[in-house]
Amino acid sequence: METIKIHDTTPNDLPWKIVYDASRCTLCGSCVAACSFRAIEPKIEKRRMVFSEGDLPDPRARFSAVPVIKQVNSLKNYCRGCGICEKVCPNDAIRPVRNPDTRHPIVTRCIGGDSIKRGGRKNLTGSTRTLDQLRVGRISQMTDPSLDAQRHTFDMLAPFGRILPAKDLPLAVGPDGKLTTTGQAPPVNWIYPVIIGDMSIGALSWRMWEGVAMAVAYLNEECGLPVRMCSGEGGVPVRLLKSKYLKYLILQIASGHFGWNRIIKAMPDMVEDPAGVLIKIGQGAKPGDGGLLQAQKVAEHIMAIRGVPKADLLSPPNHQGLYSIEESVQKMFLSFNAAFKFRVPVAIKVAASATSVSVFNNLVRDPYNIVGGFFLDGIDGGTAAAHEVSLDHTGHPIVSKLRDCYLAAVQQGRQGQIPLWAAGGLGKTGDLAADAFKMICLGANGVFSGKLILQMAGCVGNDMGRCNACNTGLCPAGITTQSPALAHRLNPERVAENIVNYFLAMDQELKKMMAPIGNSSLPVGRADALVAVDQAVANRLKIQYVC
Amino acid sequence: MCRIGAIKSKNYIHPCKALQLMQSQQKGHDNSGFAMVMQDLGGIFEAYKDLPTLSMACTDEGLKIAEDILHEAGFRRVLQWVPETFPSNDLDIIAMPNYVFETFSYPRSYNKASVKEKEELLLDMRLKMRKALEPEERGFVYSFWPDVVTLKEIGDPKDIGTFFNLWQEDGKFSAKVITAQCRQNTNYDIVRYAAHPFFLQGYTALANGENTFYQKNKEIQAKLHRGYIGFESDSQCFLYTLHYVHRQLGWPLPYYKHVVTPLPFDELSKRDDAEQLRAIRQSLANLELNGPNTVIGVLPDNTLFTCCDAKKLRPVVVGRTDDTVVISSEVCGINEILPDRAWNTDIYPNEREIVMIDDSLEVVRWKQ
Repeated sequence: METIKIHDTTPNDLPWKIVYDASRCTLCGSCVAACSFRAIEPKIEKRRMVFSEGDLPDPRARFSAVPVIKQVNSLKNYCRGCGICEKVCPNDAIRPVRNPDTRHPIVTRCIGGDSIKRGGRKNLTGSTRTLDQLRVGRISQMTDPSLDAQRHTFDMLAPFGRILPAKDLPLAVGPDGKLTTTGQAPPVNWIYPVIIGDMSIGALSWRMWEGVAMAVAYLNEECGLPVRMCSGEGGVPVRLLKSKYLKYLILQIASGHFGWNRIIKAMPDMVEDPAGVLIKIGQGAKPGDGGLLQAQKVAEHIMAIRGVPKADLLSPPNHQGLYSIEESVQKMFLSFNAAFKFRVPVAIKVAASATSVSVFNNLVRDPYNIVGGFFLDGIDGGTAAAHEVSLDHTGHPIVSKLRDCYLAAVQQGRQGQIPLWAAGGLGKTGDLAADAFKMICLGANGVFSGKLILQMAGCVGNDMGRCNACNTGLCPAGITTQSPALAHRLNPERVAENIVNYFLAMDQELKKMMAPIGNSSLPVGRADALVAVDQAVANRLKIQYVC
Repeated sequence: MCRIGAIKSKNYIHPCKALQLMQSQQKGHDNSGFAMVMQDLGGIFEAYKDLPTLSMACTDEGLKIAEDILHEAGFRRVLQWVPETFPSNDLDIIAMPNYVFETFSYPRSYNKASVKEKEELLLDMRLKMRKALEPEERGFVYSFWPDVVTLKEIGDPKDIGTFFNLWQEDGKFSAKVITAQCRQNTNYDIVRYAAHPFFLQGYTALANGENTFYQKNKEIQAKLHRGYIGFESDSQCFLYTLHYVHRQLGWPLPYYKHVVTPLPFDELSKRDDAEQLRAIRQSLANLELNGPNTVIGVLPDNTLFTCCDAKKLRPVVVGRTDDTVVISSEVCGINEILPDRAWNTDIYPNEREIVMIDDSLEVVRWKQ
């Protein structure tokens, strides 16, 4: 009999329990080898077997030592429920099961004396998603016919760059009655309305990043979809900076300025301009928090790209030296506009917040016309690493905030001048086309998504706490890790193929949404095409309530 | 579906021609109204081409309010024409007590004013009268502009013609350009203002179709100009965009087409003027039209034109003789009033062109 040691950590304290069937196990070792968290290990169990031989009862005990797979009782190497063990087991002998009675949030803090960190996404489940309470309810039928998604042509592009009001365009009527250009207007690139969100080459494995970059190149060069990806903070391989594929890339600068030294040094050798520059102020999944790349993910190539030693890399929560919106406009935007000789649009990404409209208004009214996009990132998106309390309890939903910003622009007659791009849990149900379309109707020019891209690549995490270990560098899918052994689990070609196919499907689905409302170009701000099945949502978004 | 028509002639023509043009197309509309704008006036108005004429339907009280507003501003009446009406219980018409067509001289203080200043004044006066007459529907001010007369009524176009005795040709009431349409709008409540043609500062527009970018158009137009009001019909947006592009921005008419039905990005980028067209498309994205429609418009210099949506989802045909050009939703309307024309010269405009007719009746087909 063992004495009860109440403070020992046991599997029933942990969020996941391993269910193991020794009778099916062949002890091949695949699960143990595959578990990147070292959450299971081979052990020897002592077994007592009572048996009786002969005609009369003659119970005897026999002890044997049996090799088994056991869950590790450790808060460091706890099971994340990723299910890789189940995936590799040839005999279905092992699987993780969610533990509804977990004490993990308490014991981790009690023992560690530190906040809990993880990656992934928001885990809180709440009411029905707002976007699922909206339907495309204005159907063209008689006097205005629907279009045919297969047969008609659609012009589905979105602007990235500052758009001048027509009266300020540098155009004059020439003697032949044609408009001629008399000056310079801010650069605007027309791109696919879904941007692959900013995920850095440090957060992602190089094979994942390569797969995404390959998909983007393929979508552009072979499929005719001008999809752009954002680099995330942390630089870009120099070879890519100097290649013609740079034009498909939006370079990000965030508060840590990681990688920019290399980017600036590569400028003289660039053969193409990047698609844009995105200044990241905040992130929807962890608003108020800066980037965090833990030392275990700072591999040799990351050190080279970013120009840093192997250490925890923290981007401060704010850009040091910027104290006001006006200042950010003047200093930051101007310097980046100037760096690329005013040929490359510069946009800003902020976390959705109760104050977003004020920030947006300030930018819309800036007299220099240099802010080329307002990327609004809401709660429900993903991140590679954050404090759990930030992930679960901070942030602002995207839908009403995007609508607020659009209507603020309408109020001033300035809609469209700073393109609005929205993100935060879009495509959470796997259906990005529907979410994107509804956001566009509410006023977004386009959307961006990161988390869903990981899921296309094979991420096994979900919104209910499965895996979410992107911060550990131990990603079992090889997506958010710099460990060569793990990264090689991922096939970059398959990643690219999955992303390309998803975008092709989504493109079809966007057309299937545009056809019934009879529009051949994106219905930005066409909230009249939407209806809401919830009165409060309808009121808040200023659309029709239906029941 | 609406049916729309327009006649432009070298000679003054009577509105009965417009009624005939529309009557033959009556199976295609719902006979719920009749509206027309007459420009380049003949008959009793011919001698007053430079002075603004007020076109209004109103109550007695409304008439007094409107006249008081104009008198207070210094306008003096120089001509009044009250059409003789023939009311009957058999007629399907929801008539107003008074139909007023009055021509005024400008206030003295405007003797040396520029044309532009006068035009702004006329708009301000119309908006002021419209606002003053709105309570209790005391009146509807359709136009207040030189050389322009507007009539809008609810009812069966045939009966409206009978009520105003418009079937009977006479020399008093005529014009060289007449645009007409025979239906009240169906999208929203029936109000007299909602019937096209719509008129603003010399520009007229009427449309057959649907503007599925109505909300986008409306939201931006409401902030672009003080005259862009009402929005009782999605077709008003066609007029406001025309006014904005041609008058406010000062761009030639072909750019109206580039604004409302911009070329796809693929096509646009292959052109020499790609830079300008892209700038227009992105800056005026909220004025783009979607949905099926045909627009007929008239410019202040009385140029008549028509163009269609980018997928050519609505019909229109242009027929002509040496002295008259007719634009109509259906060819039967043209057959009615130009039976002897060479029908094989009829033009069926495509989705990428504007057909323009100037005062010499030269027909220009401009391809986008």
